[in-house]
Amino acid sequence: MLMSLEVMLNAAGLAFVAAGGRWAQADGQVMFLFVLSVAAAEVAVGLALVLRLYKRTLSLDADAASRLRG
Amino acid sequence: MQAAFYLAGAVAVASTALMVTRLNVVHALLYLVLSLIAVAVAFFALGAPLVGALELIVYAGAIMVLFVFVVMMLNLGDEASEQERRWLAPGIWRLPLALGAVLLGGAVALVLPGDEAGAVQPVAPKEVAVSLFGPYAIGVELASMLLLAGLAGAYHLGWQRRARQPEEEVRDGLDTAGARPAAGRGAVRPGPRRPPRAA
Repeated sequence: MLMSLEVMLNAAGLAFVAAGGRWAQADGQVMFLFVLSVAAAEVAVGLALVLRLYKRTLSLDADAASRLRG
Repeated sequence: MQAAFYLAGAVAVASTALMVTRLNVVHALLYLVLSLIAVAVAFFALGAPLVGALELIVYAGAIMVLFVFVVMMLNLGDEASEQERRWLAPGIWRLPLALGAVLLGGAVALVLPGDEAGAVQPVAPKEVAVSLFGPYAIGVELASMLLLAGLAGAYHLGWQRRARQPEEEVRDGLDTAGARPAAGRGAVRPGPRRPPRAA
């Protein structure tokens, strides 16, 4: 799931850079830098969550964590 | 230029499709690294050298190392190393090597001086910096706040895992001491068919 998220963010960044290159503007690359920082923050939190999920359920299946506890 | 872009794009699409269809996490990760490198080559072909270099350093370097590290950390033990030996069968290298060779050819063709007829206008890093710290300065501040929040959140989750582990495990009816050796049986396991804890 996290890897697919990376691919989607990367695709959005590629679209930004391609549009910026088409009109020779720097804005596309600036937006890609923002996408990059968002992806970095997301992957840090996501991997911490994955480690925690694995410690709790001993599986990487997201459906195993379907029970909420308040 | 144009050909290198299309070549890199084709490699990116192919390796991403292979990444999605892999059942093996490490294979999928390596295909994802290849896909990111292909996108970086496409950035270079699009005339965005700064972003291409950043893609290589941050995505294919830092983020992927983090991924590989976590995936490797999740299954340890002798059984895992045996499993990895089975994964690295000789035939498994052929397709990634072919895709990587195509990508290398595209990059070499990009570096070699050729006809600049269909070349796009490259956007210099200086323009990006001027735009980034001029009208987009608020975005830089927001990105720094986001990264700080991500750092604090990751630290909090990782720290809480160790500190509050025993009571949570007892409350969930999962015994850590008995369940830990079972981790070598394979990382991905459906939840309901979880093996009963070893007495």
